[in-house]
Amino acid sequence: MTPDQLYGWWLPARASTYAADLDRQLDVFHVAMGLIFVCWGAFMIYCLIRYRARPGVPAVYSHTGIVKSMIPDGIVLAFELFMIFVIGLPVWAHVMETFPEEKKANVAAVIAQQFAWNIHYPGPDGLFGRRDIKLISSGNPIGLDDADPAAKDDLVSVNQFHVPLGKPTLVYLSSMDVIHSFNVPAFRTKQDATPGMRVRIWFEPIMTGTFEIACAQLCGLGHYRMRGDVIVHTQEEFDAWLAKKQAEKAEL
Amino acid sequence: MSSYSTPWILESSDEPTSTGVPHGKLGMWVFLASEVMLFGSLISSYIVLRLGSPLFIVPSHEMLSVPVAFVNTLVLIVSSVTMVLALASIQQDNPKGMIWYLAATIACGLIFLTVKCWEYPHKWHEGITISSGLYGSFYFTMTGLHGIHVLGGVLFNLYILVRGLKGHWSPRRCERVEYAGIYWHFVDLVWVVLFPLLYLL
Amino acid sequence: MEGVAVHPKAGAHETHPELSFVRKYIFSTDHKVIGIQYMITSLLFLLSGFTMMLLMRWQLAYPGHVLPIIGRFLPDTMAPGGVMLPEFYNQLGAMHGTIMVFLGVVPLGVSAFGNFVLPLQIGAKDMAFPFLNMLSYWIFLVGGILMLSSFAMPGGAAQSGWTSYSPLADLAPPGQTMWLIAMTFIITSSLFGAINFITTTMNMRAKGMTWMRLPFFVWCQFVTAILLVLAFPVLQGGAILQLMDRVAKANFFIPANLIFGGVPVEQPGGGNPLLWQHLFWFLAHPEVYVLLLPEFGIVAEVLANGTRKPLFGFKELVISLCSIGVLSFIVWAHHMFLSGMRTDVTKFFTVTTMLISIPSVMVLTCFLLSLRGGSIHFTTPMLFAIAFLPLFGIGGLTGLPLGFTPTDIYLHDTLYVIGHFHYVVVTGSLIALFAGIYYWFPKMFGRRMNVFWGKVHFWVSVIAMNGIFFPMLIQGMAGVLRRQYDPTAQVHNLPSLGLNKVMTWSAILLAVAQIPFILNFFISLFKGEKSTDNPWNATTLDMAACPSPPPHGNFAGDLTVHRGPYEYSVPGHKTDWSPQHVPEDQLTGRMQQQPAQQE
Repeated sequence: MTPDQLYGWWLPARASTYAADLDRQLDVFHVAMGLIFVCWGAFMIYCLIRYRARPGVPAVYSHTGIVKSMIPDGIVLAFELFMIFVIGLPVWAHVMETFPEEKKANVAAVIAQQFAWNIHYPGPDGLFGRRDIKLISSGNPIGLDDADPAAKDDLVSVNQFHVPLGKPTLVYLSSMDVIHSFNVPAFRTKQDATPGMRVRIWFEPIMTGTFEIACAQLCGLGHYRMRGDVIVHTQEEFDAWLAKKQAEKAEL
Repeated sequence: MSSYSTPWILESSDEPTSTGVPHGKLGMWVFLASEVMLFGSLISSYIVLRLGSPLFIVPSHEMLSVPVAFVNTLVLIVSSVTMVLALASIQQDNPKGMIWYLAATIACGLIFLTVKCWEYPHKWHEGITISSGLYGSFYFTMTGLHGIHVLGGVLFNLYILVRGLKGHWSPRRCERVEYAGIYWHFVDLVWVVLFPLLYLL
Repeated sequence: MEGVAVHPKAGAHETHPELSFVRKYIFSTDHKVIGIQYMITSLLFLLSGFTMMLLMRWQLAYPGHVLPIIGRFLPDTMAPGGVMLPEFYNQLGAMHGTIMVFLGVVPLGVSAFGNFVLPLQIGAKDMAFPFLNMLSYWIFLVGGILMLSSFAMPGGAAQSGWTSYSPLADLAPPGQTMWLIAMTFIITSSLFGAINFITTTMNMRAKGMTWMRLPFFVWCQFVTAILLVLAFPVLQGGAILQLMDRVAKANFFIPANLIFGGVPVEQPGGGNPLLWQHLFWFLAHPEVYVLLLPEFGIVAEVLANGTRKPLFGFKELVISLCSIGVLSFIVWAHHMFLSGMRTDVTKFFTVTTMLISIPSVMVLTCFLLSLRGGSIHFTTPMLFAIAFLPLFGIGGLTGLPLGFTPTDIYLHDTLYVIGHFHYVVVTGSLIALFAGIYYWFPKMFGRRMNVFWGKVHFWVSVIAMNGIFFPMLIQGMAGVLRRQYDPTAQVHNLPSLGLNKVMTWSAILLAVAQIPFILNFFISLFKGEKSTDNPWNATTLDMAACPSPPPHGNFAGDLTVHRGPYEYSVPGHKTDWSPQHVPEDQLTGRMQQQPAQQE
């Protein structure tokens, strides 16, 4: 899909497995909110016209009580509890708490810094190489320690996150300096990357293409231009890309 | 004071109040409620990081000079007792007794601060500084903030003492002696919480 | 024996009426003067925060274009050649939030109206601690000036957002230190104010003024003051820790192995950035209710007065208010759903957040039902109070998908959040504050504001406000993120960029709409129609029991309160308002035809 097709005036295209679940809840909420608002508004306009001040018509003196106003409160409470326990928490658990198995997933680490997304792929051995902040240089943005055997087959890319279609991607998210937030609008993925913490997130794309990564948490003067792309390939393309990159690394 | 006078910060007026509690006393307690939240936020931050951070290294008891701090704690507790006696004296119309007890309270406060002034450079030599680690950061921030409160309490008591020397207080007019006492007890109480948290555990 | 002992206590106000100008209007301890000082000051701060917003909005609608008018006067460190720098944009963003919240809306709602109205409504001669009250204003002013002057610091003002998240704020230029120091002043000032409000409300009620006879406005101020006393010190604690981090290189919010600008930081670290967020939001969520509750009170006063009937469900309103007060302390982490907290914690906060929406709905329902059976007079304050109902409703409703974890994943940090809280704070709080200004102006200055220009101000403002904030909700749904200096830098923003022009021109319209208000305010001050002692035929003591403007000492003699606060249109009474302090036998009689009410 081109950006024109992906993004518009409302929710972006749904490019991950859980996007539809989350969108459905947004829809339910907005329909309910609209209903409540229209009812409130209609009642208010009715009152403003029906009970406008007219000479000779005094206001009704009453201290009526609790029961009547409880009815809308009760409806709203019931709606909210229904949303939380029946609809909300299962989806939250699915998106934020149920992680794919590492063996079956594509694993990568995203290390945010001012103002770039570093992607660290563990390579065929599935192990991330050791990192040390003392080794950070322009050629080695995350400080990967080449002496570590696990680091031999690791790949690092900046702002270009390559993932395969058809299996979930598990991301270890962290930050080197300040708090950033990993946001892929088309996937409905968002998670803060806090220095000193390493959190897991996952997504499973349902289409190939290029999807924007934005930083959602103010991280300094370059916050607005801290962007990258998730590039979703078919599995074959992804494997070919990996092989090509491994070969390039071996040449160096 | 100029000819036009409005009741001063903790002035109590003789007008009856809706609750029967003088304004000053009520205001003092509300102020202490906010102080509880202030120290509460620091203490809970301390507990959270102490339990949660792998880099929270607590120095050994020798480095912390626990006995000195223990003596300091006793000094503060004694000062609370003398403060109670000071208030009791004036309530029994014994201004002289109040002045002596108040002087003892102030002396205890000053001893406490002097010992702190000895402790700080001592810790610094031991390598515990504000930036050396989380313990040092918390130690100096929390005891420093408490020290400022002790200083405030000493000044408050000093004001009561000076007024007392001029024969200002009487059993009918001793609310502010009581407020100074409430504040002083609070400051002591904070230390009684801080001492085990910072030194013993 | 100098000093306090010899002073006449209760008579102090009456015995020394001759005061110098300075003691009377500048360093005054009179709650009414302090209230008006607070009002003027906070309106000025609102204007400065609004100007900052206009600059930002221009940059958003026309990125990279020269700022009109002001651009030429800005130094090169802010806007070289009149084009805004990202640093300057971030400074404006942080300062706009800080100024609007801490120096604009809160002082206007709490300190200005609270100071002026609360003692009058409970029948007190002044605050419990007048000197502390004066101190509170001057500390506030110093804090505000420090805050504004931080633009002159090297590196500019605070630029880490009004939330000042660590470690960004820990490592930011010196403006952040100034922010923390200024916040300390502001916190101290509101602490003094809150102590005063609580003591005054508890201790200085007139005879017969029982708790359930207190006007709803007083209840609101009382609960707000409790929130301030308990929540602000926690931010103070957080500010002390951040200050230590910045000034003395402490480790509180600095995690291990932190590298900033390519250089490892000096400290060994070990702290936790999330701790700052917890401390900050523990204040800042109750703070949202501090922004809102006094305005609930204003709307209640105006609604009861404009409908000429008792408020619907006074007891429920008070119960809701107290529940909001309690619950507001256990919802703070709903600002942190995506910060990496444990997910069982997020579930707890989702439930509490949904719970706190119930009393808010209850308040709004009571206000709406109050319209029913009324005799609604569309006066200027009443127009603002009526507009509050649906517009604050939008603000409240858009809070639902944000407080709800699964939908918050997408909406978090988008413009939807901005739209939501601006609907709450601007079309909610600020509109109610305008209602309050129009309502109490005759009482404050003894003259009325012009009705026609008041209505022009109302209609243009309301249209402009919606023109600013509704497109934000749409952009938020399109995924546009907040705090973006240049929205064209990200692909997913591009389709809805046109809305930025709508918002910017609406903001300019809102600015234009304030001109009639400002002129109306100052011209009415000197040339307005003289007001009667009870300008709105109201029942509460502030309106009914003292002249306009009230003299020093407020009331002649002691008052006795005989009834609840909103006894309008009582059958068997001569007038359709029954003031709280008038004995029953003076009120009974045949209801007379009311003279047409002044608008």
